[in-house]
Amino acid sequence: MSRRILIVVPSVIAAKGLEQVFGDLGEFEVCGILQDLSGSVEVQLRTLAPDVVIVDPSIFDFASRGNIKSRLSEYTDAAIVAFVIQPAEEDQLKQFDGSIGLMDAPTAVIRKVRAALEERSETPRAEGEELSQREKEILICVAKGMLNKEIADLYNLSIYTVITHRKNITRKTGIKTVAGLTVYALLNNLIDMNAVE
Amino acid sequence: MSNSANHHLMSPAMKMADLMDLDFSLLGVATRMGLGFGFGEATVAEECGKRGIDPETFLLICRVYALDGYRPTRETLENANLHDIVKYLHQSHSYYMEVVVPELAHALEQTIEPCEERQKKVIWKFFADYKEELAKHFAYEEGKVFPYVEAVLGAHTDRQFTIGEYEENHSNVEEKLDDLKNLIMKYIPHQCGQQDVYRVLFYIYTLEEDLGKHTFIEDGILVPMVGRMEGHE
Repeated sequence: MSRRILIVVPSVIAAKGLEQVFGDLGEFEVCGILQDLSGSVEVQLRTLAPDVVIVDPSIFDFASRGNIKSRLSEYTDAAIVAFVIQPAEEDQLKQFDGSIGLMDAPTAVIRKVRAALEERSETPRAEGEELSQREKEILICVAKGMLNKEIADLYNLSIYTVITHRKNITRKTGIKTVAGLTVYALLNNLIDMNAVE
Repeated sequence: MSNSANHHLMSPAMKMADLMDLDFSLLGVATRMGLGFGFGEATVAEECGKRGIDPETFLLICRVYALDGYRPTRETLENANLHDIVKYLHQSHSYYMEVVVPELAHALEQTIEPCEERQKKVIWKFFADYKEELAKHFAYEEGKVFPYVEAVLGAHTDRQFTIGEYEENHSNVEEKLDDLKNLIMKYIPHQCGQQDVYRVLFYIYTLEEDLGKHTFIEDGILVPMVGRMEGHE
């Protein structure tokens, strides 16, 4: 089954060019092209059900560019890839699952989108209410007092992914504080007393 | 009965016993204000008069407890007695630390008795840390905030502190209590007695509810009242 791509880019020429790049392979299918995300974003994202959203960050005003990914993630599980026409700040691009540039060759575009999809499957999604194996691993680290950065390095994840895992752990267990999570880990035999002392 | 109907029902001329009957949490409010049981047919105004408490201020606190989502008007705040508000907050602190928390501690200790040693140890430590944080939070209010409010009332402030700083420092001890509630309800080992666990949860819910109202009296009544006085100096 081909992967569905939604292109949200104000430049019609650029959007057509991207469509061309994905069109020839059969691996991808462009399910929609939008110039911006005004109006019924939620409905569009839900009905189009993309696997990948390629979005030009400049369609958002400067102040909200830092949380484009989290805003879109409210409506879709798709991998979010930035399409960068104007030079963008490193920090702003970090939030995305990947980024492609105007000067990228078609093969590079494909490679980056594939990588973004892989990164996406690594990141947690709300599935069952029981903690997943990865969530348990991260919970153990939190209970031992490790920082997000240290956990990210240990499992080779982005900090954003670690934060998402932690949010899900709290949502599932209802426990917010580190001290509370430590008690949880101990009562559920995930750690022993020696690990916390 | 609807909230607004209750609101109009609460008046200084009503019988104290009828006021208490509107919502049983008011029994706690009256006790902390020193209004003793055996009200007979006395009105709210009469009972308050005996203890030198402003009846409208007492009713203001009662409304916070009995009417969910109650927000006093500006006019109500302008007429309330700050001294009585501070007295109430102070008495509540004593009640939490001297009555509720020890009861909770006792119930929790009994409940976790059948647990393994390491489980007992970790649950107890979590509770002890919470207790310490709560005590620290109250001590700050007692040692810094209330004396400042009294100083503002006496119109001699040293300007070393403003009520705005208190708002910033108003740390949130609610999260830990909520965690304790979830840990007990969802993950308490099965060997613990059901009635014991129920009792612990009952105390936690009672404390949580009461602390919520308490925090509103601090943030929604005390802070704006003192803030206005600072501005008028």
